[in-house]
Amino acid sequence: MHEMAICESIRDILEEQAATQRFTRVERVKLAIGALSGVEAEAIRFGFDVAMAGSVADGARLEIEDVPGTAWCLPCAVSVTIAARYDACPKCGSHQLQVTGGSDMTIREVEVV
Amino acid sequence: MCTVCGCSDGGAKVEGHGHHHHHYHDHDHGHGHHHDHGHHHHGDGDGALDYGAGAAGVHVAGVSQARLIQLETDILAKNARYAEANRARFAADAILALNLVSSPGSGKTTLLCATLNMIGDQYPVAVIEGDQQTSADADRIRATGAPAIQINTGKGCHLDGHMVGHALDHLTLAPESVLFIENVGNLVCPAAFDLGEAARVAILSVTEGEDKPLKYPDMFASADLVLINKIDLLPYVDFDVDAAIANARRVNPRVRVLRVSARSGEGMEGWMKWLRAGRNMAQAMREAAQEEQASRDHAANYHPGGGCGCGHDHGHDHAHHHDQGHHHDHGHHHHHD
Repeated sequence: MHEMAICESIRDILEEQAATQRFTRVERVKLAIGALSGVEAEAIRFGFDVAMAGSVADGARLEIEDVPGTAWCLPCAVSVTIAARYDACPKCGSHQLQVTGGSDMTIREVEVV
Repeated sequence: MCTVCGCSDGGAKVEGHGHHHHHYHDHDHGHGHHHDHGHHHHGDGDGALDYGAGAAGVHVAGVSQARLIQLETDILAKNARYAEANRARFAADAILALNLVSSPGSGKTTLLCATLNMIGDQYPVAVIEGDQQTSADADRIRATGAPAIQINTGKGCHLDGHMVGHALDHLTLAPESVLFIENVGNLVCPAAFDLGEAARVAILSVTEGEDKPLKYPDMFASADLVLINKIDLLPYVDFDVDAAIANARRVNPRVRVLRVSARSGEGMEGWMKWLRAGRNMAQAMREAAQEEQASRDHAANYHPGGGCGCGHDHGHDHAHHHDQGHHHDHGHHHHHD
């Protein structure tokens, strides 16, 4: 979904950072993509090079760290790992899960010159 | 994914105002190109760090020019800033803003027209219509007498906080009104983009599958209310309402569900009540914010320096963003035709 818009947001952030942190070129970008963030890492890879063309991150290497989805199971009162929002608790089978992690996507770090 | 529907948003446009917001840039239009220093670095890819070619092409022997910057920046932070500015604008006037999302063909516009007709002149309303192309929907809305503005997203598959902010500049919103923002018909992309709404309303019609909440979990997980529409057609379709609700609750245990038919009017009264409750909440929140502000002014005027011991909380910890200024410092181009 909307991965191209996400890539363009990444480029905008890098351009802003280039101005404030005074760098002229991004060599490497490391993203952290949550399993429940609604974006496909592969689609980000697909759009990344195109979106970065002509920017400070033109030709930058992309690394993606997968962040697992985590949720608090109300019946079990424990934190569990889930792969998708519709998953049941792996322990008790309940859907009374409150997502606690893995729904964000962040730029973790950049290597710049 | 949106390489198909072209999320790259090549120019959203607010109806009737003749300018195109090429926001998020368009490099092929020759603006702000960062290679004007004559150095093209892409050739040295393959992972090798080039410590020799500095910013100005200056070679500094023995000095490593690469550095690592920890950012931990939310990729959608920029949209979130626009959304918060919109939200502050709504809060100041106790406007209930709703983001209506659904797949194309769920009957969203028909439901909205029926809703507007039922509201009549009980309270002020306004509509922002998002579609890739045409102002047909805004025209339909305006036929009900409600003020409406169309945003054409062009190739974009969703509305974002920035587009809505611009639409607000062109829409007169009465205090205490309800603003319906009809998002682009798409159960995928709009899920990620906060518009500053108070609540997100997902519309699912019985002519669709009851497994949609599982197929598009992000959208249903982010919804506050699900309207199951076209229930007058239930005798003619195989849609299992209970299964649909169970599926919605699987991805969102706390979501509320109402069954409605825009055509027969069935269930619409429940939706009307929900809207009234939302308006009341918006007004209560504005009053609370005003009281808080008064308390803060009181603290500033009568107890400078704090620690007054007069037994009430002066609440200094609230960051209220009443700066409603629109931020145009992000470098996009307004082509006024």
